Amino acid sequence: MAAELHVELVAADRQVWSGEATLVVARTTSGDIGVMPGHQPLLGVLESGPVTIRTSDGGTVVAAVHGGFISFADNKLSLLAEIAELSDEIDVQRVERELEQAKAAGDESAERRADVRLRAVETR
Amino acid sequence: MGAQLRVYKRRIRSVTATKKITKAMEMIAASRVVKAHRKVQASTPYAKELTRAVTAVGTGSNTRHPLTTEAETPTRSAVLLLTSDRGLAGAFNSNAIKAAEQLTARLEAEGKEVDTYIVGRRGVAHYNFRERKIAEQWTGFTDQPEYADAKKVAGPLIEAIEKDTAEGGVDELHIVYTEFVSMMTQTPIDSRLLPLSLEEVAEEAPQGEILPLYDFEPSAEDVLDALLPRYVESRIYNALLQSAASKHAATRRAMKSATDNAGDLITTLSRLANAARQAEITQEISEIVGGSAALADATAGSDK
Repeated sequence: MAAELHVELVAADRQVWSGEATLVVARTTSGDIGVMPGHQPLLGVLESGPVTIRTSDGGTVVAAVHGGFISFADNKLSLLAEIAELSDEIDVQRVERELEQAKAAGDESAERRADVRLRAVETR
Repeated sequence: MGAQLRVYKRRIRSVTATKKITKAMEMIAASRVVKAHRKVQASTPYAKELTRAVTAVGTGSNTRHPLTTEAETPTRSAVLLLTSDRGLAGAFNSNAIKAAEQLTARLEAEGKEVDTYIVGRRGVAHYNFRERKIAEQWTGFTDQPEYADAKKVAGPLIEAIEKDTAEGGVDELHIVYTEFVSMMTQTPIDSRLLPLSLEEVAEEAPQGEILPLYDFEPSAEDVLDALLPRYVESRIYNALLQSAASKHAATRRAMKSATDNAGDLITTLSRLANAARQAEITQEISEIVGGSAALADATAGSDK
């Protein structure tokens, strides 16, 4: 059996996802980073962006993460985010509507949030 | 029906209506306590992981940060007081306000100026009525606080602490809120949130665990920069949630005793109403008997 790492994806108000994985790809402020089992201890700042988790049973979990941290030690990886949504939970039509609204209103942060959600759905 | 009896009947009707209302409020509050408490628990994993991360940076590097640096002579403090928007919660709000006032008095005795920040309409009303200055206030979300609300509250506070004291900034931040101990016990507590002592944070983290030497991405300073405001937000979020749970528990208790009181009142009033009705009947009987006796006496007299 391939080596595994335990992943906890937590948002401020709930635990979003937790389980075993073989690879986690997240976007930090200095670029995308991939964490595999046995990676050296790491603590980084996340950018808004999609996080891809390759689960140990071969599936893929994608989540949209807005601001937060990644910390890895002892084969345990925690992804902390103020807001985190699994791509399955994202309603594409609603997000597209939000994106248009944000563009019309010139609200850059809302536009970026909607964009990240859409990208998370696309990479699913 | 006699006047007395009618008055009693009317009061019984009004107390019964009040009892129904308080009973409904009690049940609503009871369900909200459970929900609020669940939210407190749902926010725990995030808070725990965040504490771990802060500890890791604190022990893994010697970085200094405005949020962790003690001022040599603190001259101004901020007090954040968490109250509720609505009353009918027994002594919940007055206890929190009292705790804040004691803290303010203590800080002033130490020679510090105090800026008061208030969450919740009750606290705002209390301070406005006494014409005391409020540095900033937030209302409208105390029943079901969201993380975004905590961010809204934390923003100006972090800004104030990062500013120089000479320019209107503050040196330390205290928070007064009601801790949810259990359904029956809620205690107002005050604690110093900032400047953060990393040693204290480390004590909160699980013991006996040796933290590894982390690789910081992009750098320890940047991580700490991003981490500390989040930590403060999460602490404020936790305080908001606990305060909301406490408020609902206090409401439940207050409404329960109001319902019980209404029940007692109805019993007493029914007894009085029964006595009044009985007195009325007795009086009517004695009036009839007296009347017929007088009539009998009168006819007996005319016969002679």
